[in-house]
Amino acid sequence: MITETKTVQFDSITLDCGATLAPVDVAFETYGELNGARNNAVLVLHAFTGDAHAAGTDKSTGAIGWWDSMIGPGKAFDTDKYFVISSNILGGCRGTSGPGSINPETGCPYAMSFPPVTIPDMVRLQKMLVEHLGIERLLAVAGGSMGAMQALQWALAYPGAVAASIPIAGTARHSPQQIAFNEVGRQAIMADLDWNEGDYYGKRPPARGLAVARMVGHITYMSDASMREKFGRRLRDQDQFEVESYLRYRGSQFVDRFDANSYLYITKAMDYFDLTAGRPSLRAAFDGVKSRFLVISFSSDWLYPSYQSLDIVRALRGRNCDVAYCDLPSTYGHDAFLIHVSEQTELVRGFLASTFRERASREPVSEQS
Amino acid sequence: MSESFVPNLLGRSDYAIISEIIEPNARVLDLGCGEGELLAWLAENKRVDARGVEIEGSKVRQAISRGVSVFHSDIEDALADLPDQAFDYVILSQTLQESRAPLKVLREMLRVGRRVIVAFPNFGHWTVRLAHLFTGRAPKTRLFPHDWFDSPNIHFFTVDDFESLVQLQHWTIEKRIFLQGARQVKVLPNLFAEVAVFLVRSS
Repeated sequence: MITETKTVQFDSITLDCGATLAPVDVAFETYGELNGARNNAVLVLHAFTGDAHAAGTDKSTGAIGWWDSMIGPGKAFDTDKYFVISSNILGGCRGTSGPGSINPETGCPYAMSFPPVTIPDMVRLQKMLVEHLGIERLLAVAGGSMGAMQALQWALAYPGAVAASIPIAGTARHSPQQIAFNEVGRQAIMADLDWNEGDYYGKRPPARGLAVARMVGHITYMSDASMREKFGRRLRDQDQFEVESYLRYRGSQFVDRFDANSYLYITKAMDYFDLTAGRPSLRAAFDGVKSRFLVISFSSDWLYPSYQSLDIVRALRGRNCDVAYCDLPSTYGHDAFLIHVSEQTELVRGFLASTFRERASREPVSEQS
Repeated sequence: MSESFVPNLLGRSDYAIISEIIEPNARVLDLGCGEGELLAWLAENKRVDARGVEIEGSKVRQAISRGVSVFHSDIEDALADLPDQAFDYVILSQTLQESRAPLKVLREMLRVGRRVIVAFPNFGHWTVRLAHLFTGRAPKTRLFPHDWFDSPNIHFFTVDDFESLVQLQHWTIEKRIFLQGARQVKVLPNLFAEVAVFLVRSS
């Protein structure tokens, strides 16, 4: 499957902070075909540093999509059956508007003058994209980690526009531990003199700070067991542990594809996301929700521990929502959601198929395009 | 002893009885639903709103892959989350004898469901009585095939035990069906029933 990232521009979007961003670009890809009834669309939502290129081989770079194992003909998100949409998040740096974009008023990159964005803002922009593609109601939204936050937000914000939500290895709100790790990443970036208050475009970027932030991130994505298995205490060169060399490699590689200011904006969006904010309980947050849910967690995930998924499930069950939940055994830590393909394929395939069946039989769409 | 054959559903007579009790479009919760065979059947054939609870991960995966919404949890925790009278039927098939606090489970089932369907193996069956009497050891029969040290069963009770509990709690039995293999037992169920299926409501 050869794919290409496209971009669509909207006139403006109003954000939770009150600011209006105009214009706003969205980078996206689609796989498979939208059916005549327009009821087979699935929106996949990327994690923190992901992008619109979720599946297939990129036409120009040859890069494989980040969820290629799950999206394609015959895979979990079967492109022979479903029309799969993937977009880059607002505030990102992979084609959608973010701090690295040019501010039309100044002709310079926004940098730190980019308005703060939230997970609901990201979802609002995704809704605009989905409507632009002619889809009123999605069959499903699905994503891991920060993608799970968006999947939940979709079900809350647009109850009539999404039949099913699949939050994987996610949370309804960050714990202090999750905020703490993000803050270490942010401080590493801001402590780098090249960061220069965010004004580094066209100059030397804060590569050392961003690399350190990424190294910390990678530690939290693995587990004690997976690191022991992967690296042990092996030395690579004379005096360098395998794990050190791996983290440095990952850090330096990240710098080439990610913008430090986006790192700051997106981690803040994650930290501030809280479905219980302004509500007596998480259960109350799900008051008007109509979607079905498939919630998946992984036993060794200590960054987004199973209890956070279970909190979501319990709140949904308290509202008598239709929710399936499975805690998959794994030793891979948070990375598990990208590794355990066969188990997730089994779950997602059955869940999507039954959602599609139910929807097709209960809500016959009269209008054919 | 008057007997009549019960059809089987998915290889089980108790499933056939349960499926006959449940009316179309009902909201059904199956506790210990295994791989979700019964729920999937009910969803497809009776268009019920089917939910399950299962503790074993591999079975949970099977059930979800069948399209059944299953919660990976033990039964007691799973019931506590749910609002009152959320379901028309709450099913507990062949599991009451394995639960740590059967009365608590039954009370919770009657809180979340308008009606409760309980199926269990009858410890009063004559083969169990004879096995115990003649061997002087923990009975091992077709119904209770486990050795005492690796049995999942931790409460042993009979048809009469269950009936007296219902009376004590002032619940109402709406239906009682007794099985010996695929045959219905009409006489002396406490002695001849291998499996009992009760339809119970509170008050």
